[in-house]
Amino acid sequence: MAKISPRKTPMREQPAKERIKNYDEVPFGYSHEEAIVEAQRCLQCKNPKCIDGCPVEIDIPGFIKFIAEKKFREGVNLLKEKNILPAICGRVCPQEDQCEIKCIVGIKNEPVAIGRLERFLADWERDEDEIEIPPKSKSTGKKVVIVGAGPAGITVAADLVRLGHKVDIFEALHQPGGVLVYGIPEFRLPKAIVFKEIDFLKEMGVRLFTDSVIGMVKSIDELLNEYDATFLGTGAGLPWFLEVPGENLNGIYSANEYLTRANLMKAYLFPRYKTPIVRGKRVATVGGGNVAMDCARTALRLGAEKSIIVYRRSRTEMPARDEEIHHAEEEGIIFKFLSNPAAFHGDKNRWVKEVECVQMKLGEPDESGRRRPVPIPDANFRIPIDVGIIAIGNSPNPLIPSTTPDIETGKWGNIITDPETGKTSKPGVFAGGDVATGAATVILAMGAGKIAARGIHDYLMNKT
Amino acid sequence: MIKVFSLRKLKNADMVEILERIQIAPNVHSCTVEAPDVARKALPGQFVIIIPDEYSERTPITIADWDAKKGTITFIFLEIGASTQKLAELNSGDLIYSFTGPLGKPMEIKKFGTVALVGGCYGIGGIYPVARALKKSGNKVICFSEARSKFLLYWNDKLEEVSDEVRYATVDGSLGIKGHSHDDMEEYLKAGKKIDRVIAIGCTFMMYRVSEVTRPFGIDTIVSMNPVMIDGTGMCGACRVVVDGETKFACVDGPHFEGHKIDWDIIMSRRKAYLEEEIISQER
Repeated sequence: MAKISPRKTPMREQPAKERIKNYDEVPFGYSHEEAIVEAQRCLQCKNPKCIDGCPVEIDIPGFIKFIAEKKFREGVNLLKEKNILPAICGRVCPQEDQCEIKCIVGIKNEPVAIGRLERFLADWERDEDEIEIPPKSKSTGKKVVIVGAGPAGITVAADLVRLGHKVDIFEALHQPGGVLVYGIPEFRLPKAIVFKEIDFLKEMGVRLFTDSVIGMVKSIDELLNEYDATFLGTGAGLPWFLEVPGENLNGIYSANEYLTRANLMKAYLFPRYKTPIVRGKRVATVGGGNVAMDCARTALRLGAEKSIIVYRRSRTEMPARDEEIHHAEEEGIIFKFLSNPAAFHGDKNRWVKEVECVQMKLGEPDESGRRRPVPIPDANFRIPIDVGIIAIGNSPNPLIPSTTPDIETGKWGNIITDPETGKTSKPGVFAGGDVATGAATVILAMGAGKIAARGIHDYLMNKT
Repeated sequence: MIKVFSLRKLKNADMVEILERIQIAPNVHSCTVEAPDVARKALPGQFVIIIPDEYSERTPITIADWDAKKGTITFIFLEIGASTQKLAELNSGDLIYSFTGPLGKPMEIKKFGTVALVGGCYGIGGIYPVARALKKSGNKVICFSEARSKFLLYWNDKLEEVSDEVRYATVDGSLGIKGHSHDDMEEYLKAGKKIDRVIAIGCTFMMYRVSEVTRPFGIDTIVSMNPVMIDGTGMCGACRVVVDGETKFACVDGPHFEGHKIDWDIIMSRRKAYLEEEIISQER
């Protein structure tokens, strides 16, 4: 056997200088040849560790073997047995912390680029412009309703429709996809890909109703009269703010608002699309997660001369994926580490002009294991800005808990679920994703969806 | 068995049909749509979010009337920006790209005694279902309806039907008192007449002035906040309103808040944030 290349086959991407002027996707994906070369790096372990790292248990060596043998169709079908949304996961999963971290090749070299290969297969199938519908079980006669067409909800829908249940999805917004559509920017996840994956669900027989805010237009109890089980995947709720003076000045957005304007409402195409967004010249994004990176990079594409990340700890503690931080650095995002906003200052018309930060230093580790930031006295400084974005997370969506008093919720308003089945305290009602866990990742929501789909299936089949 | 299919364009599911759209005063439109699910649930004080076409903004609009049996919703809107202009171009038989509701907490309806409702602009339609419900709950209902001139007032007969008294105010004095409803209300209260609760729906400045009039009299005053809103479902945090020093969200905590506790400076500056863009977006 030939010696394994120590490094992943690189993925070509748009140069940083060009891409900050457009909204197109940054990496181009592998060619057939590149994919085959990379697939050949896989050792085809007898006891593969990578599968243990995958929240949805994809047969990773299996689909990689098909790529190496140039059997792309077989590869896609195997992949889709476990993951209905490979084009999305191949792009947004944190593979470096899941499957790739366990890869045996990765002990001495760079691990196999599992995420890129997953993306390759999904894109290959889409470019073929024909998608195979996997086989469906015989109809069970059971009806399931899913609230929220985000990553958790569409995963549950895909699994249950395949098991022969009838599935309806209610979505509050005018487009399905949840955070995939309102949150993650076009340059990281093209919306056409999301819509095609959802179209695939419709072809499988799932019915989708947009513009339907459950809790308001229909209560959970009304749904339970019509359906045999309900899954709640209502996702993120109200954004957290810093609760510092000046936070309600004009020009200060929550990350949710900024991204929703830019992505869902297409404010980057203003004035053709009518939703406006403030195109700041100096934009400060507060936070260190993937969402903060998305905001800072969106700001650049909207014409910012300086897009600054303000983060209270140091680079090592940043929760964003390495790849996202790396892309942000390449694009010229400025990082102000160990800086904690204390106030925003505005002009007489209440437009933000400056963010005042406290200089921090790292102290002892806190309960999250990360070193706690400690303020340095008398070391405040100000950064001139015309847009501020607060990207420090959000609480779970409040609409279902507030309109369904008999559903048990936790300290943050999250719906409490059984981790084994996704069951809530209300019979027949299951939940998963951000509404149960608080803000997390797309793949964790999909993993929760997988668990809940199994839980719902068991519940339906044992219910008399 | 495996079936192969070709990918098709994603279609937007259930669009709502317009039954009637009429201009009831210059730039003020009444629109009735068929939306049976929304009509079944609508309560006084709630709103809908409308996107007239693919390019438009998500626009929150107060529900002015509904018929649960017929499955219809009626709302009043002011033709004021690009999206409401688009809406004003639609006619009966046309489809609305997106229509979502009912949203927001309903207005509190119970027996308070004498309730005064103040409506201006779209809010004249907004107070109508509230007046109707309060009257039904045994309150004495006085409506204050205001506009710049008589020809800008509408639904006078409908308001008169559901209230004990309707008092008009016009800036040019063409109907009712010359001036604003808050001037009229101040006179009314100074004359020693009793009001137990005030509800105001309309432009921000009007609601502010009404709150300032009732403050010295210590009358509970409920205003229907109309900040810039995007999703309207408790996700984006755009519609923040500072109430008693605390940040609240009009879409899920409101839209109704106590007028005496609102930080009006913040709400007024936040509402003006996109004036320039409003003009640009109308250039098409």
